[in-house]
Amino acid sequence: MVKDIDVGVLGVQGAVSEHLESMRKALKEKNICGNVSVVNNEKNLNAVDALILPGGESTTISRLIQESNLRDVLCARIKNHNLPIMGTCAGCVILASEISDKRSDIFPLNAISMQVARNAFGRQKQSFEKQIEIKGFENSFNAVFIRAPIIKKIWSGCNSLSEIEEGIIMVQEKEFLAMSFHPELTNDTRVHCYFIDMILDYM
Amino acid sequence: MKNLDIAKLRFGTTLIKKGFAKMQKGGVVMDVTNAEQAKIAEISGAVAVMALERVPADIRAHGGVARMADISKIQEIMHEVSIPVMAKARIGHFAEAQALESIGVDMIDESEVLTPADPYYHIDKRKFTVPFVCGCRNLGEAVRRIWEGAAMMRTKGEAGTGNIVEAIRHQRMVTSMIKTLKEMDSSEIEKLSETYSQSYVNSATTLTNKKITKNTIVFEEYEYVTVIKEITEILKEIKKIQRLPVVNFAAGGIATPADASIMMQLGSDGVFVGSGIFKSQDPEKRARAIVKAVTHFDEPDIIAKVSKDLGDAMHGIEIGTIPPEQMLQERGW
Repeated sequence: MVKDIDVGVLGVQGAVSEHLESMRKALKEKNICGNVSVVNNEKNLNAVDALILPGGESTTISRLIQESNLRDVLCARIKNHNLPIMGTCAGCVILASEISDKRSDIFPLNAISMQVARNAFGRQKQSFEKQIEIKGFENSFNAVFIRAPIIKKIWSGCNSLSEIEEGIIMVQEKEFLAMSFHPELTNDTRVHCYFIDMILDYM
Repeated sequence: MKNLDIAKLRFGTTLIKKGFAKMQKGGVVMDVTNAEQAKIAEISGAVAVMALERVPADIRAHGGVARMADISKIQEIMHEVSIPVMAKARIGHFAEAQALESIGVDMIDESEVLTPADPYYHIDKRKFTVPFVCGCRNLGEAVRRIWEGAAMMRTKGEAGTGNIVEAIRHQRMVTSMIKTLKEMDSSEIEKLSETYSQSYVNSATTLTNKKITKNTIVFEEYEYVTVIKEITEILKEIKKIQRLPVVNFAAGGIATPADASIMMQLGSDGVFVGSGIFKSQDPEKRARAIVKAVTHFDEPDIIAKVSKDLGDAMHGIEIGTIPPEQMLQERGW
């Protein structure tokens, strides 16, 4: 039996409405009843079954997670394994255990056993679109990389789901999913559908 | 390091340019004039900085011709922070924009804060890989800039005044006109598109001294008929989605957390703060407060909390005391 699911999109900064829309579309396509809402305080964060960390500026989002008192709840739910999370671009950086540069302007959540390098492809003019292959997907996926990070190293239970010449761009570790590109900027909902399956597995 | 398979990569697409702007949503872009200010902006939670030689209030006071900032100044700022760095080019000055693109600035602001360079045309922004943000006072200016390839808009407001009234005027003008579109049928929208395309006709008429026909080239390689057709398409999309099809920030007069909140409540996706931060008594505190105010714009208790003990805001200017020829918003069309 399929339960209703409550998915939150962290709404402190970044491409929030795009994820709301993609997730709603994905739920509809899979014919699953669910609620998708913006999460920006402790009460909302405690109420959702799953969370999306959107793209935006990782330093800004990270700072606002601290200042909006969301970090403790997030860390507790991550530790207790009762909150599946999908992170895209900046969200991917925030889910990491290690950041490769030595700037101390970000506080990663330590959810996924991976080391991430920020702005790994350079500045905005080096941002690109590319057809990529994702493990378990029948056809290729048009991935949008915007000042994107790359996953440098993974260890213990972290699995790579997609790689390009430069390195790993999508991983899953148990109930956590992270990617350096932006599935919310295209009409293709397959990544959001994949996350819904993960959520259902964990409920 | 392995080489990327360049053949399969697509750079500077519309999706990438508009996507970059979407990542800025819910954020504050701060004007900075040196590395130290850039660092303060970054640690205060800015989503990007605008690298300038002078903030608008000082440009106003200094007078003379305001140009693109010294490149070494911009590079010093790019080196200092990991957040995106934007920089301003003069209206129509595509060579300044090319120089800014070549050093890797993340977004170019074709800005009325600088002295306009081309009396006839704005930059053809589609030719660039890097995305552009442009100012607007009304829907006509917004759709012309979007048609020319802008990936992001901002209300012009009246920069360097610390006075919110013009930013609110422009935001209201854009949103009211978008609502009006709802009631318009296809032929009315086409008529409006012709009105909005008139600026291109005026420039072409002045330059050629000939009567413009449907097939006259009026901007770059585009015929008048194409301009009308494509602007009609943009207007139809705006009618349908009831907002601009690109991210729209507020700018030109934001000086306090409540200023940021009111602009967000009026429908802005984020804010630019120019002189408002580094012309105030305690820049870091004010910067943090404005960042928080944008995130929690619809929570009055938080706006109240962050509006405590901020020190003096920038002094500000009453709009009526500015001589008409010094009104920055009149620049561009």
